[in-house]
Amino acid sequence: MADLTTNFLGITSPNPFWLASAPPTDKEYNVRRAFEAGWGGVVWKTLGSEGPPIVNVNGPRYGAIYGADRRLLGLNNIELITDRPLETNLEEMARVKADYPDRALIASIMVPCEEEAWKAILPRVEETNADGIELNFGCPHGMSERGMGAAVGQVPEYIEMVTRWCKKYYDRPVIVKLTPNITDVRYPARAAKNGGADAVSLINTISSITSVNLDNFSPEPSIDGKGSHGGYCGPAVKPIAMNMVAEIARDPETHGLPISGIGGVTTWRDAAEFMSLGAGNVQVCTAAMTYGFKIVQEMITGLSEWMDKKGYTSTSDFIGQAVPNVTDWQYLNLNYIAKAKIDQDACIKCGRCYIACEDTSHQAIWMKEGRVFEVNDAECVACNLCVDVCPIEGCITMERMPAGATDPRTGQTVQDEYANWTMHPNNPSSQAAE
Amino acid sequence: MNSPTTSGIVAGRLNEQQLADNFSDLHAPLDPHEASVAADRCYFCHDAPCVTACPTDIDIPLFIRQIATGQPEGAAKTILSQNILGGMCARVCPTETLCEQACVREEAEGKPVIIGQLQRFATDTLMAQGIHPFAREGNTGKRVAVVGAGPSGLACAHRLAMRGHDVVIYEASTKAGGLNEFGIAAYKSTDDFAAKEVDWLLKIGGITIETGKALGQGLNLSDLTSEFDAVFLSIGLGGVNDLAASGADKIGVTDAVDFISLLRQTDDLKTLPIGRNVVVIGGGMTAVDAAVQSKLLGAENVTIAYRRGRDRMAASEFEQDLATSKGVRILYNLQPVAFHGNGSVVEVEFEYTADTPTGLQGTGETMRIPADQVFKAIGQTLETSEQLKIERGKIAVTGAGRTSVGGVWAGGDCALGGEDLTVTAVAEGRDAAEDIHQTLMGKA
Ligand SMILES: Cc1cc2nc3c(=O)[nH]c(=O)nc-3n(C[C@H](O)[C@H](O)[C@H](O)COP(=O)(O)OP(=O)(O)OC[C@H]3O[C@@H](n4cnc5c(N)ncnc54)[C@H](O)[C@@H]3O)c2cc1C
Ligand SMILES: Cc1cc2nc3c(=O)[nH]c(=O)nc-3n(C[C@H](O)[C@H](O)[C@H](O)COP(=O)(O)O)c2cc1C
Ligand code: SF4
Repeated sequence: MADLTTNFLGITSPNPFWLASAPPTDKEYNVRRAFEAGWGGVVWKTLGSEGPPIVNVNGPRYGAIYGADRRLLGLNNIELITDRPLETNLEEMARVKADYPDRALIASIMVPCEEEAWKAILPRVEETNADGIELNFGCPHGMSERGMGAAVGQVPEYIEMVTRWCKKYYDRPVIVKLTPNITDVRYPARAAKNGGADAVSLINTISSITSVNLDNFSPEPSIDGKGSHGGYCGPAVKPIAMNMVAEIARDPETHGLPISGIGGVTTWRDAAEFMSLGAGNVQVCTAAMTYGFKIVQEMITGLSEWMDKKGYTSTSDFIGQAVPNVTDWQYLNLNYIAKAKIDQDACIKCGRCYIACEDTSHQAIWMKEGRVFEVNDAECVACNLCVDVCPIEGCITMERMPAGATDPRTGQTVQDEYANWTMHPNNPSSQAAE
Repeated sequence: MNSPTTSGIVAGRLNEQQLADNFSDLHAPLDPHEASVAADRCYFCHDAPCVTACPTDIDIPLFIRQIATGQPEGAAKTILSQNILGGMCARVCPTETLCEQACVREEAEGKPVIIGQLQRFATDTLMAQGIHPFAREGNTGKRVAVVGAGPSGLACAHRLAMRGHDVVIYEASTKAGGLNEFGIAAYKSTDDFAAKEVDWLLKIGGITIETGKALGQGLNLSDLTSEFDAVFLSIGLGGVNDLAASGADKIGVTDAVDFISLLRQTDDLKTLPIGRNVVVIGGGMTAVDAAVQSKLLGAENVTIAYRRGRDRMAASEFEQDLATSKGVRILYNLQPVAFHGNGSVVEVEFEYTADTPTGLQGTGETMRIPADQVFKAIGQTLETSEQLKIERGKIAVTGAGRTSVGGVWAGGDCALGGEDLTVTAVAEGRDAAEDIHQTLMGKA
């Protein structure tokens, strides 16, 4: 078993799987159970200022999107930050950290955008011996109406300012948690870096309405006939989160800034993907809320077995390995030519590839006598739709055409050398190849 | 109190609870959760092979998607618009040789989408609400006679009524439904479903059923053709084949269909006598149904003796497995040569057979099986004295059931073509109705 010990900002944890700041980390009882189950670290449920605690709704706070067999694909919530007194949380954090010195314990904080507020809470957090703090600039509902959470995360200047205050009043690592509810995640990430952040974590939840009750026309979750947009998370948001992580990892201004990857991590594979895109570790919320803490066991064994197979001895061996391969469309090799190929032995003859291609794509699949489906190379543009709709994994593959072969669709010879859009004759601003 | 080991043909071998359990639904109806899990497995295939395999061409992927999206009533309408007896077919179709055999998930995992049970879920949901989702088109003033109120006749009548024609069904028996009412195994159609389905079907209006009226007994074809604009014959197969074995007149030797019909019409199964040692001769669905139900009534030993090998047996593998799982013994390559006994049958003597290039041949070797009750299930035959062209024992038809006599159509078991199945009978009744409609309206 490969050693999964991960060092993130000097904080070591036995594995890179942390629980994100959310209900699973809202109190001592849950966090102890999480550590017993094997989680490498937790980001405690977001703390607010001293004083009367936050009030949550007393009706449903979650909504869901399902896949086949009622698999939960996306969860949305209208929960606020912790609704327990600050003092209680701080006492519990101190106790847990003392009992689990090898695990990471991070305090998530959201207080008003005033220097005094931050100055007041930071020393109290420091006393708990937490390993660091995470600034919650992401919550898209409720708190943002009060000028906190996403309301801060959407204004790079505020991010920079608050981060600076934190670096001033707190000595341990400061992680800035980013909201995806912006147009270009690089700006808030740069602001965090400029403010002195040790790392960014992303994504927080995405503003969303999951469903509408068609009897009373209330959005769900419905509170007495009304609904408010919530924050969306779970497997459905993973592609959005990964793109944002990659954008920050490959932006020259933030390249190298440590990232904690969050959003839809459900299996070891998701974690490995986030980390290959530059995340130093991952945080998980929905998967734990769906299946319980035990899922971390699958993540631990899966990741170490994969590392063993690949010969990696440390997570740092593969972190960021995919970053150089994330590029802009204009640099993709237009001389890479592939064709779909259907494995007739694996085919179960459902015809989905055929109808998808016939109705909505390039009419490049023949349906022959006896429900035999074959690709017509003269029409196939290798779009991958047939692969994506086929119920049998590996039945349809994309086969690269070797250099020198003739593409029957264009009648042109497949070229060996790389050529992208910037060099293409159809591009008005291309430089003609000399 | 009798038991399975009481000798002779006696009633009450099992108690009320045992009988109730034995004759409950073969497949318990799906609940909404089970239905949605099952529906999620459908791939919504293009030009789906399950549809091709269905004799009534139900749009299976569409109705399953409707179930998956919470519209069981819409799903039922999709089913019933092709097959008005979709409720019964969901219960009795040998799906393992029809739609479910063709399902791509049978190919992929050996586990097809459970189309039959999903179909039942949809149709039961709609029928439980008492909804009849079809209305009649404007009255055409045309009148059509349907002879025989089995699935074929009912399907034909419904489609004709829907197209605006008035229909009179003449039915020889005292009850409508045909073999749905008198033939199908009791555990496939529980809770008087056949009769309820007929009542529900008639809600379309425009259909009159006259029971106790038989063609050949007071009614004849030429009167019908002169009184009505068209006639549809769906009289099924009323006769039964005879056995060549000696002693077939001994007490205790009867037709399987008569036994099943009696069973279906018995309210209290505790009163229905059954032998201790039952032998069923035949290899089709009727043989299996008679054997299984004998066992369920409490017979100690039930044997099916079929004259050919397993691979030739008309009953599907599923049916055969069902029989053996209930404790029925199936013997192959045995043909009866004599029934022994003094007045009542006590033994059946069989000769072993072999399939040879010149046909089935007895090997000369014989064996005997104890039997106090024997059911013959060696096939039904057409009974009619009308001047219709007959081919291979059935009414010859061309196109959508047109017989040799003008203005007369035929479908279901009595007509040539297709398998003798409820669903085929429905398809033929429906298609003949459309052809009659086109003809009467001068479009064909
Ligand atoms: C025991 C048994 C079990 C079966 N099990 C299954 C099964 O599980 N699944 C399946 O798909 N199929 C099964 N079948 C076959 C199926 O029942 C038939 O294929 C189907 O009922 C044929 O329908 P039909 O309308 O042509 O004829 P029938 O159902 O036979 O109906 C004919 C009707 O015509 C009436 N009639 C007959 N003669 C006259 C006359 N001269 N005048 C007026 N009325 C007349 C009869 O009383 C009857 O009501 C089974 C058959 C049998 C015998
Ligand atoms: C019910 C709920 C409450 C949450 N509360 C917080 C919170 O208090 N602070 C915070 O930073 N993020 C909060 N989040 C966001 C999660 O920490 C995480 O960023 C998000 O759910 C994406 O990860 P996932 O796809 O693994 O769930 C919450 C999420 C959920 C579902
Ligand atoms: S063949 Fe099976 S999977 Fe395909 S549409 Fe029919 S029921 Fe669905």
